[in-house]
Amino acid sequence: MSKKVSRVSEWIFWRLPVDKVWKEHLSEYFAPKNFNFWYYFGSLALLILVIQLVTGVVLTMFYKPDAALAFDSVEYIMRDVNWGWLIRYMHSTGASAFFIVVYLHMFRGLLYGSFKKPRELVWIFGMLIYLCLMAESFMGYLLPWGQMSYWAAQVIISLFGAIPYFGEDLAQWIRGDYVISDATLNRFFAFHVIAVPLALIALIYLHVVALHKVGSNNPEGVEIKDNKDSDGVPVDGIPFHPYYTVKDILGVGVFLLVFSVILFYMPEMGGFFLERENFIPADTMTTPEHIVPVWYFTPFYAILRAVPYKVGGVLALGCAVLILFLLPWLDRSNIKSIRYRSKAFKYALSLFVISFIVLGYLGTQPATPVAVIFARIFTVIYFGFFLLMPFYTRNEKATGEIPEHLTCDPPLDEVIREKHWPDAKRKFLEYSVMKEVKTESGKVYKIPVLNFDALLTRVKERFSSTGNKSQK
Amino acid sequence: MKKLIGLMMLLAASLAFASSGVELDSPNIDLEDTASLKRGGELFATYCQGCHSAKHMRYSRIASDLGLSEEVVKKDLIVGPKTIHDSMTTAMDSKESAAWFLGIRPPDLSLIARSRGTDWLYSYLRSFYIDPSRPFGVNNTVYPDVAMPNVLWELQGHQKAVFRTEGGSKVFAGFEHEGSGRMTPGQFDRAMADLVNFLDYVGEPSKLQRIALGKYVILFLLLFVFVAYLLKKEYWKDIH
Repeated sequence: MSKKVSRVSEWIFWRLPVDKVWKEHLSEYFAPKNFNFWYYFGSLALLILVIQLVTGVVLTMFYKPDAALAFDSVEYIMRDVNWGWLIRYMHSTGASAFFIVVYLHMFRGLLYGSFKKPRELVWIFGMLIYLCLMAESFMGYLLPWGQMSYWAAQVIISLFGAIPYFGEDLAQWIRGDYVISDATLNRFFAFHVIAVPLALIALIYLHVVALHKVGSNNPEGVEIKDNKDSDGVPVDGIPFHPYYTVKDILGVGVFLLVFSVILFYMPEMGGFFLERENFIPADTMTTPEHIVPVWYFTPFYAILRAVPYKVGGVLALGCAVLILFLLPWLDRSNIKSIRYRSKAFKYALSLFVISFIVLGYLGTQPATPVAVIFARIFTVIYFGFFLLMPFYTRNEKATGEIPEHLTCDPPLDEVIREKHWPDAKRKFLEYSVMKEVKTESGKVYKIPVLNFDALLTRVKERFSSTGNKSQK
Repeated sequence: MKKLIGLMMLLAASLAFASSGVELDSPNIDLEDTASLKRGGELFATYCQGCHSAKHMRYSRIASDLGLSEEVVKKDLIVGPKTIHDSMTTAMDSKESAAWFLGIRPPDLSLIARSRGTDWLYSYLRSFYIDPSRPFGVNNTVYPDVAMPNVLWELQGHQKAVFRTEGGSKVFAGFEHEGSGRMTPGQFDRAMADLVNFLDYVGEPSKLQRIALGKYVILFLLLFVFVAYLLKKEYWKDIH
């Protein structure tokens, strides 16, 4: 049986490099062994993409992209389609979960300097994915054709009208009408269902390929590829499969647990995931009292409203997103991990996080004069984080010794017993001893050093006919 | 840092004052109480469905969710010549009704509990008061100048609103009940809670399934996480 299987797989692999891809990206892709909590969100984002694609396809089978039918067809899915409510809630909860996970994934990049050389392109592709995701969710949000769907789209698209000279024409071209209408719904449906997802998948592919070319960063900011053994395997790396696949399965379990609690017990999430106003069909004659975008856009919405002139507001909104692209060049320091970065950077990052959260909150609230003043203060902090970055990161001094190696603490024989490591590496460790190295700052690291005595003993054993083999 | 926290507290306080309105009461309702749902359905059929539809709700779904037979549904819930496979539409012509109610068409109530919330509905239904300046002679504290007459007056009786002036503006102080209805205030509150319960059910009939299914999914995932944790631990035991 197994012989037949291997012949079939041989036949395939000779024609299609499945085994090569598997090795390159999983079983022999070496990732740093010290990934922590923050490193779950990349794989979780991929999981949510799959959830969205699968549930999206099912929803497309029942949804009607027609201004007269759209709202009712969603209710039809919620009531008359078998398990339709589950599929719809998975999709609506998945949209918010996608942003939560992606925001945490991006924050991880900020924390550990994952956007820095040599990973600038990884960051740029990630940012393009983020832009696509914004477009995807914005257009998807129109499809239920509720009051908030309609009016949020009306407000956001009218922003294009603020662009001088051709703005109004542009907005009209996007809508296909003077207002949001059936024409808009149809084209948004087309973009949401096929165009943007295709771009998204292509970008995710590039994001991963670019990452696997340069290798993953880690919480210590150590470049594990600078430190390879004779077989070209990073000493501080472990194969992604099986180590990180089993670890990510645990992450998936915990994520699905949280996801299910929301999905089954609070799918509206207090009006943040599904807004109350959106249970009223779109009415072109009645404007809702407060038009608010979904929570993941509210920080940018608050920035938009903080600027008194419409053109300025739109410009600020655009810059707030686009400035993230420049991050690899705004940060002048070559220290990667937050663990070794200066106090100035730590304060700046904390202020940035606070401003992002406060702006997000303000974006959900009516723009009272007091709220606008606060929005202005935090908008300045938001941009200050980026624009002042070249100054506070120049000549940054590391707090503590930056390691060149990841520490290797386990007892040697335990490491040797490990079955999954490549043989060469195990051989190396077999003849190594752990040596304590003290740095100037007083930190002690243990690194494996080749033990010539052990090597000699083993050679002697091999060649002497009477020599006892070691108990191992 | 301290200054920042102070600033945030100021922000929170200033925004808290921005929202105002009538305080809403919470109904004591339970979606699994099928008797309450049925009573609410009867009230809906008798008092609401003359003008309002709940077009997304099918009678057959009500029958299966509430465990009612077709005969009972036909007798107690279906008004007019409809079968159990129809949905809860209204007999009123929508153009005509707009002319009757100050140009406003009575909205479909399928999703009213989801857009307004049960607290709002419960408070709204109990907050009509006599106001001769309005076309139907009544007004509402929760929804001022509403275009709907108080169709429940024969159950509730009439009530007057008492206002007191506070710093130059009129502030609502409470209702003065005129006991002319068929129900006591306690009975009426219970009836309205039933009606709101029914509307909550109509807003999302799958809520019953959703909550019932949820605990099994979560139980399974807890088990899954436990196994995944052991698996991870086993694989990682030599890596530190």
